[in-house]
Formats: sequence, C-alpha cells, structure tokens
Amino acid sequence: MPADLRLLDDDQRALVGLVREFCTGEVAGSVEDYERRGEDPAPLYAKLGELGLSGLPFPEEYGGGGQTYSSYLLAIEELAYHHLSFAIGVSVHTLCAFAVGEFGTDAQRKEVLSKLASGEWYGAYSLSESGSGSDAASLSTTAVRAGGSYLLNGGKLWCTRGNEADVVLLMARTGDAGAKGISAFLVAKGTAGFAGAKKEEKMGWRASPTWQLTLDDAEVPESRRLGEEGMGFRIAMASLDSGRLGIAACGIGLAQAALDATLDFTSEREQFGRPVNANQGVQFMLADMATEIEAGRRLYRHAAALRDAGEDYGMQAAQAKLFCTDVAMRITIDAVQLHGGYGYVTEYPAERFMRDAKGLQIVEGTNQIQRFVIGRRLTGP
Amino acid sequence: MERKKALNIAVCVKHIPDPNLPGELDGQRLKRAGVQGVLDPGDEFGVEAGLQLKEAHGGEVTLISMGPAVALEAVRRGLSMGADKGVLVSDDALAGADALTTARVLAAAIAKAGPFDLVIAGVESTDGYTGTMPSSLAEFLGLPQLTFVKSLEGAEGSIRVNRQTVEGYHVVESPLPALISVTAGVNEPRYASFKGIMAAKKKPVEQWSLADLELSSDDVTVNQSVTNIGKAEERQAGEVVEDDGSGAARIADFLKEAKVI
Ligand SMILES: Cc1cc2nc3c(=O)[nH]c(=O)nc-3n(C[C@H](O)[C@H](O)[C@H](O)COP(=O)(O)OP(=O)(O)OC[C@H]3O[C@@H](n4cnc5c(N)ncnc54)[C@H](O)[C@@H]3O)c2cc1C
Repeated sequence: MPADLRLLDDDQRALVGLVREFCTGEVAGSVEDYERRGEDPAPLYAKLGELGLSGLPFPEEYGGGGQTYSSYLLAIEELAYHHLSFAIGVSVHTLCAFAVGEFGTDAQRKEVLSKLASGEWYGAYSLSESGSGSDAASLSTTAVRAGGSYLLNGGKLWCTRGNEADVVLLMARTGDAGAKGISAFLVAKGTAGFAGAKKEEKMGWRASPTWQLTLDDAEVPESRRLGEEGMGFRIAMASLDSGRLGIAACGIGLAQAALDATLDFTSEREQFGRPVNANQGVQFMLADMATEIEAGRRLYRHAAALRDAGEDYGMQAAQAKLFCTDVAMRITIDAVQLHGGYGYVTEYPAERFMRDAKGLQIVEGTNQIQRFVIGRRLTGP
Repeated sequence: MERKKALNIAVCVKHIPDPNLPGELDGQRLKRAGVQGVLDPGDEFGVEAGLQLKEAHGGEVTLISMGPAVALEAVRRGLSMGADKGVLVSDDALAGADALTTARVLAAAIAKAGPFDLVIAGVESTDGYTGTMPSSLAEFLGLPQLTFVKSLEGAEGSIRVNRQTVEGYHVVESPLPALISVTAGVNEPRYASFKGIMAAKKKPVEQWSLADLELSSDDVTVNQSVTNIGKAEERQAGEVVEDDGSGAARIADFLKEAKVI
C-alpha cells in the first residue's frame, strides 16, 4: 500500500508520481544487483539529475527545484522505499548542498551550489574520524594556512560516497582544541593528496560506498573554505539537523517497503489451510507495524513543516530521526519474523531491509546521541 | 549549416484506463468511469517522435485529444514531456464514441488548430485496439498516411520512414503534410522531468466542444457497436516429442509442414 497521498497538493503528488515512476522503471530492477556487488549505482544518480530531482529544496536560480523541504522529503521517502542505499546517497548529497546554500558566499553558491543542485555534481559530508564519532568536536584532521590556501592533513572515516562525490564538505581543525577550532572546507574530487584509502565492507547499505579518506598535504584554496574560520562545527551541526530529517524519511520509506513485502508474503503463504495473515496474532503485528509507520511519518513531516515555516526544528528533527529509524528497525525485524525461514534467506528482500535499518540508527548521530540532543533541549545543558 | 524549415506537428493522444490494472467490463464496453486513467503508453511513442523531430528541425508540438474532462491529465502528461500546447475536445454527446466518430472529431480539431506539417498517431490504442482510427483520420484530412512506422527521419518538405513488415521493413517517403502512425519500437519515450511537470501546468490547453468545431450531434452518431465479447481461445498444449533418436527429423518435418523451411 503506497503512502497516503490524499492531503498532499498537486505538485507534491506529481513529484511523488514522478519519483515512483522513475523507481519502478529504472531503480527497482537493479537493486539486488547493486547490493550483491556492493557497487555504487552511479548511472542512477546521473539520471536523477536529468529528471531535476537532485536539488529539489534549492532555489531555482541555482538550478534547484524550488520546492519546500517537506516536498523534498516525500521524494526521499519514495526513493528509500525502492532502494535505501540510493536514497542515503541523495540525502547526504542534499546535506552537503544545504551547507553551501546556507553558509556559502555568493560566489560559492554560484560555483558550487548550482552544480550540486542541478545534479552536475554530487556532494558528500565528512565529519567523523577514527578517534571522533559521537564526540565530533574532538576531531584531529588539521588545516594549516599556506599562502592563499590551506594544507589539510589527517584521516577521515565513514564518508558516504567520499570517493565518488565531486565535492566533499569536510571538517578540519584550524585552531585550538574544541568545537571553536574547527573550520569547514569544500574539497574537490581529484585534489592532490586527497584520496579514498579504503572502502568498508558493511553489513548493509552495500550499494552506498563508505570510505576512509586520507589527506596528505591536500591543498584547498581559501575560496573553498565555507564560512569563517572556527565556524565549521556550527556548520556541521546545522547540516546534520537538516540531514536527520532525510534519514528519518529514509527510515519510513524502508519500513513501508518491509511492511508491504510482508503483507504480500503473508497473504500468499498458506499454512493450516489459510493465508498466515488470516491469524489474528499475525494481523495484530501487521496493525502495529502500519500504525508505527504512520506515526513516524507524521513526526518527520511535522518537523519538516516547522523547518519550512522558518521555526526552530532541531529537537523535532532529533525526535523524528530517533523514532523513525527505531521504527524501521522494529518493523524490519518483524518483517523477517513474519516471513519465517523465507525471511532469513537472500532470495527475499526482508533480510536486506533488516540489515539496512541498522545503519539508520547509527548515522548522523547515533540514536543515543539523538536522545542526548532531545534531553538537553528539555533540561538545558 | 542549412537552416531547416520548422515543423508544425500534431500528435494524437488518448486518455485510457491504466492498462496495468485489471480491466473491467461495463456491458459490452470497457469500464472507464472511476478507473485510474493514464496517457496511452502507445501514444508516448508518438509524443516522443514529435519531440525528436522538433528538436532536430525546430517548430512546435501540439497534442490533440478527445475525451471527457479527465483526459486533460493525458494532455498534461504529454506537455510535461515537452510538447508545447494541447487541444482537448470534450462533449457529452461524445460519450461512447466509436473509432470512426473519433477520427471525424479529431480531424475537425486538427483542421481548426492547424495547419500542421505532420500528424502523428499510434498504430492502435492500448484499450480499444481497433487500429482503424489513424487511417480514417488521414482520409478525413485528405493526407497521405505512412503506417507501422518503426523509424523516421524528417527532411525539408518530406518525411522518410521505415515501415515495419512481416519480413523486415519498407522505406517509404512522402511529401508533407502527411500522417504517420508509429509502432512501439520507434523510440524510447523520455520521462517527464520535474521541471517539465511544473512547466506543463502553465502551457496552454484549448478545450473545445462539438459546437466549437461546428459539428452537431448528428455528425457523431455512432454506427459501430460491439455485439458480443467472448473469451479468447485458450492456447492448446503443445506436442511433446520424446527423443528416441528421431527427434531432429521430427522437428524438421514439423517445420516443413508449417512451411517455414
Ligand atoms: C554506513 C555508515 C555511513 C556513515 N557515513 C558518514 C558520513 O557520510 N559522514 C560522516 O561524517 N560520518 C559518517 N558515518 C559515521 C557515523 O556518523 C558515526 O559512526 C556515528 O556518529 C557514531 O560514531 P562512532 O562510530 O565513532 O561511535 P562512538 O561515538 O564511538 O559510539 C559508540 C557507542 O557509544 C554510544 N555513545 C557515545 N557517546 C555517548 C554518550 N555521550 N551518551 C550515550 N551513548 C554514547 C554511541 O551511541 C554508540 O552506541 C557513517 C557511519 C556508518 C556506519
């Protein structure tokens, strides 16, 4: 059962319709192949750009779609419904483009945002390091001024599409220890001394490459520093507020896919002479799954509506990320359970859904960190 | 480079019940009311052909449709692919129209919206499948018709097409204006882009009644009717040949009998 589109406006319905058509026509058929091979679906990103879907929430004057963030998230949910790894890549790309739009100079918007919004370029985001994950402000990659440039040295971890992206929004230390010593840089693909050192072997998200990056005297011109020196951590956190809504929408898309697959399976699978979902015990599980998905959907759309209205939405974004990705985990576990043995084999997608859900609870702030963010908003620091 | 003459192209498009849904009958006719409709997938090839010619030669693509008010969705769909404008003929008197009536009405609409250098239609619709409408339309418009087009090429004042046949294809050339009916293999229809969808809302669509075309309800009296609908004969089970060494010879005999070799 596709998501309820009834209260959307005509443009939103058309948007979801287009994404759905693209996904059924071009995406759905190759999911298993890309996932099995652990390969980035590069041609699909290119096609997404051609369809005008890679910069939906950015102004039209920069080549974007001029849509609200709420509308953009509908597209992400639909993409995630068909192929989570692909939706993640688009969400991370949007997070990078958001930072350029929000904190960039006019020149940077013209040069970088317009390429990102039109899909000519794809972006990535690199904050985490081997020694700094949840405690991101303790990062140790350095950026030292050298003439009109910076020389970046160190290593980054867990960068989604770090080696595929045309530009990586990368946080490095220009000053003292702590959050105020961090600056943000737009590091272009092919910069000498900047490379993907290792692609991780992962439990899920296998078609979303995750890279260890090395920076060895990588030279980044001052014109590619985003914001002032020392603003990097603020930029990184503001981008995550925005990005978390994308992850929340991914969780709901994935959970809906798991529920739909489970509904299909349990109506076809017969035991004791009738479909297994004719048992009330199974129906109750399905009812809970559907209800939780709908609640999660309302939560992320509410946070997005606040964002579109220019209201503070940081806490609601954290709540949405926390709830929607926990829902995705619970529902995909139940999906495997309701498939019985068929849920445990790779012939059916249920096991992939479950592996994919786990990543959502970890990235862009683990769900413990989301609780930390929410708790601090409630009680003060 | 020689400047080519821009082509003014009309493409016939039909709004039909989504062929991916199980069809239902309403008496002897396909049920349409309340059923999710789409632009006939067969017509997407016509729209794409028109757009490719426009891109190569310059000019304009006008979509022409007949149907109830909801058929506007099919016109919008073609506009979001890139067509420039649309015409929709809607009239209560047209409910239940047959292929001949449709051709008469579309001819009047094309004459009013034209003149066109080229009229494009699909070889048959994906709902009624009569396949007679394009020929009737060419006759009413007094245009030469090039049928079963599997590839095409426009030139100054003429069009050259490859016409699908059982054995291969014929190369047929005609002066313009002309009407062509295109097969599903003629091209790969593009997706409407998001910007295309947004732009389509602002493109002009004329909505005409029969009176606007100076036709009366007498002109659209339906003479054709479906008298009976039966199930297609089920395929017979094939003959299974156990290979006792004579299998190859048996196959050769079979093919000879079928006059294939
Ligand atoms: C597939 C994948 C893709 C990723 N993509 C990106 C990317 O594109 N860019 C990027 O910068 N990063 C990316 N990450 C990194 C991700 O954001 C981090 O893994 C995450 O922030 C957690 O950091 P960590 O792994 O170092 O865990 P740690 O911070 O070491 O946490 C270990 C455990 O301790 C808990 N914990 C830590 N601190 C606290 C606390 N104060 N209170 C309670 N519990 C706590 C955590 O919740 C966790 O359970 C990606 C990670 C993965 C797995």
